[in-house]
Amino acid sequence: MRSVWALAAMAALSVLTASTATLAGEPKQGGVLRMYHRDSPANASILEGATYSVNVPFMGVFNNLVIYDQHIAQNSPDTLRPELAESWSWSGDNRKLTFKLRQGVKWHDGKPFTSADVKCSFDLLMGKSQQKLRQNPRKAWYSEVNEITTNGDFEVSFDLKRPQPSLLAMLASGYTPVYPCHVSPADMRTHPIGTGPFKFVEFKANESIKLTRNPDYWKKGLPHLDGIEYTIIPNRSTAILAFVAGKFDMTFPTHITIPLLKDIKSQAPNATCVVEPTNVSTNIIVNSSSAPFDNIDIRRAMAMALDRKAFVDILFEGQADIGGTMLPPPQGIWGMPKDKLETIPGYGPNLNANREEAKKLMQKAGYGPDKHLAVKVSTRNIAEYRDPAVILIDQLKSIYIDGELDVVETANWFPKVARKDYMLGLNLTGNSVDDPDQSFYENYSCGSERNYTNYCNKEIEKLFDVQSQETDIAKRKPLVWEIDKKLQEDVARPIIFHARAGTCWQPYVKGVTIMSNSSYNGFRYEDVWLDK
Amino acid sequence: MFAYLVRRLFLMLVTLFGISIVIFLLLRIVPGNIVDILFAAAGYVDPADKANLEKELGIDQPLIVQYWHWISGFVRGDFGYSYVSEKPALQEILPRIPITARLAGLALLFSASIGIPLGVISAVNQGTRLDYTLRVISLSGLSLPSFWLGLLILTASVAMFGQMPIFNPNPQTWLEAFATYAVPAAAVGFRSAALTMRITRSSMLEVLRQDYIRTARAKGASDAAVNYRHALKNAILPVITVIGIEAAFLIGGLIVTETVFNIPGVARFLVEAIRWRDYPIVQNLVMLIAVVVVVANFTVDMLYAVFDPRIRYTD
Repeated sequence: MRSVWALAAMAALSVLTASTATLAGEPKQGGVLRMYHRDSPANASILEGATYSVNVPFMGVFNNLVIYDQHIAQNSPDTLRPELAESWSWSGDNRKLTFKLRQGVKWHDGKPFTSADVKCSFDLLMGKSQQKLRQNPRKAWYSEVNEITTNGDFEVSFDLKRPQPSLLAMLASGYTPVYPCHVSPADMRTHPIGTGPFKFVEFKANESIKLTRNPDYWKKGLPHLDGIEYTIIPNRSTAILAFVAGKFDMTFPTHITIPLLKDIKSQAPNATCVVEPTNVSTNIIVNSSSAPFDNIDIRRAMAMALDRKAFVDILFEGQADIGGTMLPPPQGIWGMPKDKLETIPGYGPNLNANREEAKKLMQKAGYGPDKHLAVKVSTRNIAEYRDPAVILIDQLKSIYIDGELDVVETANWFPKVARKDYMLGLNLTGNSVDDPDQSFYENYSCGSERNYTNYCNKEIEKLFDVQSQETDIAKRKPLVWEIDKKLQEDVARPIIFHARAGTCWQPYVKGVTIMSNSSYNGFRYEDVWLDK
Repeated sequence: MFAYLVRRLFLMLVTLFGISIVIFLLLRIVPGNIVDILFAAAGYVDPADKANLEKELGIDQPLIVQYWHWISGFVRGDFGYSYVSEKPALQEILPRIPITARLAGLALLFSASIGIPLGVISAVNQGTRLDYTLRVISLSGLSLPSFWLGLLILTASVAMFGQMPIFNPNPQTWLEAFATYAVPAAAVGFRSAALTMRITRSSMLEVLRQDYIRTARAKGASDAAVNYRHALKNAILPVITVIGIEAAFLIGGLIVTETVFNIPGVARFLVEAIRWRDYPIVQNLVMLIAVVVVVANFTVDMLYAVFDPRIRYTD
């Protein structure tokens, strides 16, 4: 009987708590969200951008066909939600993806949204339209799409060369908004028109970006905010001080390093701060087309000499992740489990044993205490690149490799890598969606423009296709793990760590969710509100 | 005097022509162009796409053609379009000039109004505690990098007042408006004031030892009259020269100050434009700065004659 009363009391308490929470959490309309922006993006066109500096301010201007749930931190196939599409369906052979489109949606200039806009957007991305994007960094995402067909104004289909369940993941990325047919790509760079919760007001380079509420937004009652103002402050110290002084409601997402987060917490103790993985891996690119790294033993020795934990401890005070190509769990959907990861040479917990093994490989290649291998470690002249490169050079000393830091200005970095004018490079690879297709094909498939090392393994390429066509996630995961393991064993692009970074906001900012496995998809901000 | 003026004006034009060549070539010597940077940011290099964009922007043309397009446009007042924002370059540059001009003007005012009186006080009190104190302050002004001083001011403001004097385009109160410009101007002007003070002091010390100063004192002139009417007037020439040179150097200091205080002025804009290799912005802006500096030097030379009647420019 006592337990019945206790249960009743608990039930009453939970009802009370829940209702109180609802009252306290009732969104308020109005207010302008003030955020600083870390730099001045080149333009306002998300389709042409390749940095989240474009996505963060402009994602709120647009809608996608589908989108990752903006209130669930982990993007996964289970968190895909319809947006401009009301629903979607696959054909029986999984080669046709059909979207039923939402009716009554208007562009910010008042023109109606139809299936023609979807076709235009994806023809533009596939390079099939008359108009061209000045840059098209994600053209390869649609390599398996034959064509886009419309059926009336509110139905559109993607005809695929073969099944590719990952297509939905890429369509849900913040990088895949639907553009209007009637606005040129050039105009979209300077004055974007979307269907999203916020209308573009102005973009003053190096100064500010302003968005205002779209009163005709198709989601009634949203957005809650009257607008969003981004003040461009490239100097991180100034930006953080301004946040602490209350000039901003929120920091730029995932812009706070772990050491700086401590400063913010001490100076603004009421601020809410979260640390999440950015799904950006720091890795080594090896020029295996010329000596000495054409020798697989030297490449393996280098990979085995890595003390990944030291990188994580020094640069992130222990708050970063060690994994393979795919972001490790629990935040990553597709990363190898720890027990499997530790079976890869160099990932085992016994660092000394790994390095002894590495030394033997170096000696086999003709190097030793009396004959060191001199290499240049090239990297971009940005702290996120330089700092780990310095640690890498220090660690390579343990296996008779004397590294010399070669810092390269951004403008010259990719041309230098493309012409294979490097021996070893330290590189960062960002994944806009936590999805194997995006990562594998982009970075490791033969001939891909972003396969900087020219790693080409036809056998593994077949495995890419096998996993890509697998619709059952439970069956697909082991395939992805095997590929990832093989990539690490082949020293295709040794992954050192997966970074984490912090985001803070003032206590009155509500409804913000920082994605935990991508830095590119969570900035619609339609139901962010200010409890003032 | 007229012939001298004509000669100086001709020399100004030759100097500006030389500067235009240097600006143009230096930008092309620096590795990479806007297309490289855009494609580097995207992380891929597609030769066909790159070639298309280079053609669209006209940077595939021979250097001499590119130079002619630029310089003829500059003379006509047609600055072309920014490669990055795709807006008219003049439209991008013009609104930022008054911001930097106000900042630079205030910094110079700060420099002169603090540096000259303190220099005089230091000189007339040579060897006293006051002199030593002022010299230590001036030395610290020369030693402190302006970016560090700026950050120190910001940090102290936040720690002590919970406020931060960063740029506010629409100040609501007089205090906000003052903080918007005066605090950064003080940060960048501190070094200039220190330099001005030291030059004023040494120049004053030299003048104060002259016979005519002793004569003035012997005739019963007051200290103030001797120091300010007789000595300072004769000691001011090197100070004017230094302030003129400082006006040019100020642009360098303002780049840092505008960055730290997040002021959307022309100096920070220039650095960003260089980072993007935005040729129309960089070339035209540097050329405008060159014109300002050349004209400022010319003006300073003319001012010599105003302040020192002994100087007369003759044919």
